Amino acid sequence: MATNDQNKIPKELLVPLVRKEDTSEKISGPSRTFMQDARRAFFKNKLAVISVFLVVIIILMSIFGPQMNEYGTDDQDLTRAKMPPHVPVLEKISWLGLDGTLSGKYRGNDVEAATANAIARYDNKEEFIDIKVVDEGDGSRNSAVVDATYHIYDAKDMSDQYFWLGTDTLGRDQWTRLWEGTRVSLIIAFVAAVIGLVVGVAYGGIAGFYGGKVDNVMMRIIEILVGIPNLVVVLLMMLVLQPGITSIVVALSITGWTGMARIVRGEVLKLKNQEFVLAARTLGQSNGKVIMKHLLPNISGIIIINTMFTIPDAIFFEAFLSFIGLGIVPPDASLGSLINAGFDNLRLYPYLLVYPAVLISLIMIAFNLIGDGLRDAFDPKMHK
Amino acid sequence: MSKLLEVKDLKVSFNTYNGEVQAVRGVNFDLNKGETLAIVGESGSGKSVTSTTLMGLLPKPQGIIKSGQILFEGEDLVKKSVKEMQKIRGNDIAMVFQDPMSSLNPTMKVGNQIMEGLIKHQNMNRADAKKKATELLELVGIPQPDVRMNQYPHQFSGGMRQRVVIAIALACNPKLLIADEPTTALDVTIQAQILELMKKIQKETNSALIFITHDLGVVANVADRVAVMYAGKVVEVGTVDDIFYNPKHPYTWGLLGSMPTLDSAEEELYAIPGSPPDMLNPPKGDAFAPRNKFALEIDTVMEPPMFKVSDTHYAATWLLHEDAPKIEPPESVKRRMQGFSKMEGEQ
Amino acid sequence: MFRYILQRLFYMLITLFIIATVTFFMMKMLPGSPLSAEDKLSEEQKAIVLEKYGLNDPVPVQYLRYMGGLVKGDLGVSFAFDNTPVTKILMDRMGPSLQLGFQSLLIGSFIGIILGLIAAVFRNGAIDYTSTIIAVLGSSIPNFVFAGILQYVFAVRLEWFPVALWGGFEYSILPTIALMIFPMATAARFIRTEMVDVLNSNFILTARAKGISEVGVVFKHGLRNGLIPLITVIGPMAVSMMTGSMVIEQIFAIPGIGEQFVTSVTLNDYPTIMGTTLLFAFLFVVIILIIDLLYGLIDPRIRVSGGNS
Repeated sequence: MATNDQNKIPKELLVPLVRKEDTSEKISGPSRTFMQDARRAFFKNKLAVISVFLVVIIILMSIFGPQMNEYGTDDQDLTRAKMPPHVPVLEKISWLGLDGTLSGKYRGNDVEAATANAIARYDNKEEFIDIKVVDEGDGSRNSAVVDATYHIYDAKDMSDQYFWLGTDTLGRDQWTRLWEGTRVSLIIAFVAAVIGLVVGVAYGGIAGFYGGKVDNVMMRIIEILVGIPNLVVVLLMMLVLQPGITSIVVALSITGWTGMARIVRGEVLKLKNQEFVLAARTLGQSNGKVIMKHLLPNISGIIIINTMFTIPDAIFFEAFLSFIGLGIVPPDASLGSLINAGFDNLRLYPYLLVYPAVLISLIMIAFNLIGDGLRDAFDPKMHK
Repeated sequence: MSKLLEVKDLKVSFNTYNGEVQAVRGVNFDLNKGETLAIVGESGSGKSVTSTTLMGLLPKPQGIIKSGQILFEGEDLVKKSVKEMQKIRGNDIAMVFQDPMSSLNPTMKVGNQIMEGLIKHQNMNRADAKKKATELLELVGIPQPDVRMNQYPHQFSGGMRQRVVIAIALACNPKLLIADEPTTALDVTIQAQILELMKKIQKETNSALIFITHDLGVVANVADRVAVMYAGKVVEVGTVDDIFYNPKHPYTWGLLGSMPTLDSAEEELYAIPGSPPDMLNPPKGDAFAPRNKFALEIDTVMEPPMFKVSDTHYAATWLLHEDAPKIEPPESVKRRMQGFSKMEGEQ
Repeated sequence: MFRYILQRLFYMLITLFIIATVTFFMMKMLPGSPLSAEDKLSEEQKAIVLEKYGLNDPVPVQYLRYMGGLVKGDLGVSFAFDNTPVTKILMDRMGPSLQLGFQSLLIGSFIGIILGLIAAVFRNGAIDYTSTIIAVLGSSIPNFVFAGILQYVFAVRLEWFPVALWGGFEYSILPTIALMIFPMATAARFIRTEMVDVLNSNFILTARAKGISEVGVVFKHGLRNGLIPLITVIGPMAVSMMTGSMVIEQIFAIPGIGEQFVTSVTLNDYPTIMGTTLLFAFLFVVIILIIDLLYGLIDPRIRVSGGNS
């Protein structure tokens, strides 16, 4: 084997190697802490970063949105009820549906009857209704179809008024109410999440850290609580308490902390027997130091992730409660109550449902993506 | 003896996010029927990748065979289709994995896991397969095999599980058995039992064995021949005697010297400094040079070819070139070599 | 195992007892009486009604009577629906809810499992990304939003399906789809993560080394190990079926338990609210029990430890 190209070997190099510098043990690449790694991983996740931006924008809008026009949350005026969205500039682009018109398909035995139907529907303001015949019909029942477009802002002589997202059945500005509602939903979600976080971490931390009898008793209590479905507890609480933000927060908090408590307890139990904690104790560190310096930093990831996932859950539950009439009651708004109102008018005024529905979906998706991103970022397996 | 397996210039790479990792960079070795070859090397030397490649179990799509041939009974396994490889795997070539704790399906009865291969390759019906599986459990030394057949892996201890894994591998009387560090995850006493078992079975079934390990102590015990791997290449190959009494490659010296023995208590162990090279960009020339006390200038420029030491013994180091300075192994390694021959003599 | 079941049944009864008691006393604490809405009644008439419902008795007596009735499956009489027994109201409305719940849970988790499985086997492929997107959207977007989209697009606009109410099978299609999104997304997500782990595990390598076909490896060795943990999310799925039933039945005007609950809330019909709440609690507790027992049956590792303890 060694005979193939003997002659090409530079024989003068067959001498012991003189080393300039020992590089065999050099560590390449800078060292990073776990948190730095996690942050890097999180910001690499484009969806999560976009979601953070989205959430920030939504939060800002929920604070400043209601002040962006002159209408108040509860400015009722039946003369301007159920106005469709009307946005300056964008009103020129008809397919956006922001041009301040109502439209729909109307049927009749012939075109005339169909047209009459449409006109009757739209306040009999014939001169403001465009009729486009879709199907001439053959005289049989409802065979003719017309497309009617009603220029309601002109009809009401309000073409200089702009309700960006229209008005609801009582003539309240939907834009203002939408952001008010978002604010209420977000406040409920954040407060419920924070309460769940504090109670859960404290409860789980104490149970896990002290262990033994304390742990036993505390865990039995949790087991009984977990056996009772959250749904039932929340529904009962909502029935008993006065409807409103506080009640929802209380109802959500009463059940919301158990999951966090169990997770934290499990983590603390696992960690406190690990060598590095034992080492800290052997070196004579106090309980407080051990908790603050060794336990908390190591479970902070899982706490953050879990909190991130409680927020969309709370938003959903608030919406659910308001939807079935147990949550926020008018004139206050929340995303759930707006959606509920939207369903009542789905057939004729779908815009009342579309915007709150889209917004709540965006919020939920964004928070879930942030949660996913954090979970991946805190997973050492994903650091590469 | 005819060659059962010939591996020629095998190159295997993994595509990762960081680039191409050259795990195996041109490996050559062969194996006769009924022979035991030990492949020795530290983690990352490419020994496990070589064995998974032999089995056709490279993770897809990251793992790629860049070039080379694996001739098994004269047929090139690299060119086999997925279906053809499925017929060979478990039937002609079988494998025992490193970690018995996770190598068995936790939700499937042990008996069924052994029978699967039998039913697939030998067209047995369930009753026959069951009988054969019970015999296999008995063969690998599991008491009450008919009761054990119906138990789940978690009811077995680590050593017992490894026996089951061996039984699965042996099910179809493979011509070649690959054992990838089969004893590493076990207690020392259990290790010895499993080694004895593998030796016994190999004698009985006359199948060839590739024994992958990083533990030279084990090698002396089981192998006929040894291939030492470093950085994706075989750097020295020879009979057990060649490698233990007359090692030529400085890396083999290091491996021997870093092995603690009973009478090494007083002397310092000869440790290999540094860590294995980055296989993303393997160094130019001899990959071992940066860690090699005896490196030559030429090592930084040219890769050493395989120099012939004897008919059975080859090593890839420029030290064997006729014009190279004559360098003796370090004293501690020499003493170790003498120790081995003394032990041999006493036996 | 038998002792374990008995023990669990015992705990279940205690939980139900606590829930019933708490429910009863909370209802008693509610402001206003069931008659506060009915202003037309004179004081005398009100007294007669209260007497008839036994609402003049001391609370402990009412409690014992209620609990006694519960044991016999008697949930009291509805205030709102002409003295109909609550049990009968719930029984009458059980059908649509159960049909919807089972349809969506089964179809949803089945599709979810398939999606997750394909995504795990063809990791990082187009199907994987699609299924991830479906999973994120499905588990994020509230089911009432889905219901709204479906109702508006397929019933109001396209007129392919009935807008609402309950008749033949076609009436159940849209609500089922709206309700099955969550179990589908959850299952798809869960199975993908599990299967990726399982398919990377050593025993899969052992199975491949035996020469078993890839299909056999995935289904025989992979799927069972990936499916077992899915049982743990049946609980959340069941809860989502319950909250979902309230919302979806309300949206599609389906005469089920959930719609009944929402109606009763607006009518202050306490016995019905209480009965429905107890029914939900009962269903939940039973489902959790079944899940735990199932887990023991399917996973051999738990079966043994359960039997020994």
